[in-house]
Amino acid sequence: MESLVTVAPIIEAHRLQPGALLPILHEIQDALGFIPPEAVPQIARELNLSRAEIHGVISYYAHFRLTPPGRHVVRVCCAEACQAVGAQALAEHARTRLAGSEFTLEPVYCLGLCACGPSLQIDETTLHAQVTPQKFDELIAALEAAA
Amino acid sequence: MKVETMTTESAGGSASTLPLARGAGKSIARTTIFVPGDAAALALGADAVVAAIAAEAARQGISLRLVRNGTRGMVWLEPLVEVATAQGRIAYGPVAAADVPGLFAAGFMTGGAHPKCLGPTDEIPWLARQQRLACRRIGVVDPRSLADYVARGGGEGLRRARAMAPAAIVDAVTGSGLRGRGGAAFPAGIKWRTVLAAPAAQKYIVCNADEGDSGTFSDRMLMEGDPYCLLEGMAIAGLAVGASQGYIYVRSEYPHAVAALDAALEDAGDFLGDFKLEVRKGAGSYVCGEETALLESLEGRRGIVRAKPPLPAISGLFGRPTVINNVITFASVPDILAQGAAAYRDLGCGRSRGTLPFQLAGNIKYGGLVEVPFGLSLRELLYDFGGGSRSGRPLRAVQVGGPLGAYLPAAQFDTLLDYEAFATIGAGLGHGGIVAFDDSVDLAQQARYAMKFCAIESCGKCTPCRIGSTRGVEVIDRIRAGDTRQIELLQELCETMTQGSLCAMGSMTPIPVISALRHFPEDFGDKRT
Ligand SMILES: Cc1cc2nc3c(=O)[nH]c(=O)nc-3n(C[C@H](O)[C@H](O)[C@H](O)COP(=O)(O)O)c2cc1C
Ligand code: SF4
Ligand code: FES
Repeated sequence: MESLVTVAPIIEAHRLQPGALLPILHEIQDALGFIPPEAVPQIARELNLSRAEIHGVISYYAHFRLTPPGRHVVRVCCAEACQAVGAQALAEHARTRLAGSEFTLEPVYCLGLCACGPSLQIDETTLHAQVTPQKFDELIAALEAAA
Repeated sequence: MKVETMTTESAGGSASTLPLARGAGKSIARTTIFVPGDAAALALGADAVVAAIAAEAARQGISLRLVRNGTRGMVWLEPLVEVATAQGRIAYGPVAAADVPGLFAAGFMTGGAHPKCLGPTDEIPWLARQQRLACRRIGVVDPRSLADYVARGGGEGLRRARAMAPAAIVDAVTGSGLRGRGGAAFPAGIKWRTVLAAPAAQKYIVCNADEGDSGTFSDRMLMEGDPYCLLEGMAIAGLAVGASQGYIYVRSEYPHAVAALDAALEDAGDFLGDFKLEVRKGAGSYVCGEETALLESLEGRRGIVRAKPPLPAISGLFGRPTVINNVITFASVPDILAQGAAAYRDLGCGRSRGTLPFQLAGNIKYGGLVEVPFGLSLRELLYDFGGGSRSGRPLRAVQVGGPLGAYLPAAQFDTLLDYEAFATIGAGLGHGGIVAFDDSVDLAQQARYAMKFCAIESCGKCTPCRIGSTRGVEVIDRIRAGDTRQIELLQELCETMTQGSLCAMGSMTPIPVISALRHFPEDFGDKRT
């Protein structure tokens, strides 16, 4: 598998680090967008853990995923400070707008942008504040146009 | 054109020169422009402003020096552009990319008048009325430059600590009255003393940078805007307790903070001496902010809360004695060492000493970071600083201290901001997050969310938290559907969670629920008031 070619050096680089599992999972997901299930036995072997333990960790944390995400991952903040300025309406709008699209929509519980909500994050790199449904549509349209 | 040459443009600085072609190699004096690289400023368009400034400077053949500073914390003014002039730093904001040609035309490079000009940054009343200690360098310093950090007083605490006995460092921290800023407000010096006294060849310093509470961003601002301050505080802790290895556990929702810390460590040289530091990323779990769950996560496991005892101070990371403190706790330490414990202890009120960086969030007109000594009233913060709601409607409820914090009605806005005064009304300050809601809020829905959040984030170790929170959502749904007889059941459920949960996730989730019910019974259809 091509993905295992990516995974092997990542495991090797962290193997001897104390508490290596999360750094390894992060690096794999950063490289591939998700953690390929076929990588799990390999990680388990190298870290001397059981597959169940690795799966337990992956499934425990909201950040990790075992399937490839859509072309873009859109995370809308659903926590209190954003709720106070319309996050719920934005989240509902986003759900409708992105239904059936190539985008993955996820809730996130605070991005630390709580004085300028509602806020959202795209692909972990781009942040947007004071997002109205109209601004949301513009952002999505721009991403679709950039296809 | 008046210009000022900065002395800080040395190794590791992030300052870039625009355009590179003109004057490259020649030591011409260039004006320094600050445009924050802070996440909130980026979310509000700071990069587009930088691009516009670069383009306009290139068009006019002007060479300038650009620093991506942190934010001054006046979030409603972001992107806040500052210019270093002979009269000090002059602020313009909020600046949109479209404003940039006009700013050049108005001579903003020498502090020229413009509708967006706010005058000298330090004289903006919202900032001038604060008393910043831990956050004093954020937005001022170039976060990418160790030399700038040192030029602004950084490193002095660590230098002094190196000449002190470990117990004397601990005494200074104890004497300052500093209490943990992550939420539980435990005296930092007492924790450090326990770790110092614990015999072990290997000890650890762990920074809790999980900052999961909605309405809080002071940790993020500090890590992005003044990362060396955190590194210095942790290195001092290392000297105090005899630990040579530290970890900073940053939530994965904060990639910019992770990048800022990594860059600072990269350029740290021998600033930290023998103290080794590593940045580790969380993975989207709120309960991993609880200290023992955080340690589990650092060790590579699911973030399940550990039973205490043993305390982390005795048996923490990898079973070793461990100091675990919040970002702001560590960031308060360098100045305590540099200025002396008394200077810190003299601020504040009652047993709440020093300052707390409050964060004004939610439906608030002038949101951002307000660091003041304890003892102001909540009302002063909400109206004198916050300016009331952003929507222009009356403020109806305020949640203080994150998702496990109480919802307070206007009748309680005169409560003083100190740990004990808040405890008296059944509330807490937590990490200093203040989330304002106007009169369109439905407190029954907020109570439901509190239960729902607990159900999502519970680590699952104890039944009252894991099952109780799910039941709580169902019960509140029935109440909202009109079955007010269920209110009593909700109260009993909250009592069970409070009494029977291992950690504050389960035992404090009832606080927002019960406070909402008590102060806003009409939202639950309760006519018994
Ligand atoms: C559910 C839960 C979440 C917490 N989240 C955080 C957090 O995000 N950041 C933090 O500093 N402390 C958090 N705490 C408090 C920590 O357990 C601990 O008290 C703190 O890290 C100690 O540092 P301090 O004394 O400097 O505050 C949380 C506690 C609980 C119960
Ligand atoms: S109260 Fe909840 S989060 Fe805390 S240990 Fe119990 S189940 Fe885990
Ligand atoms: S609550 Fe939305 S960013 Fe903090």
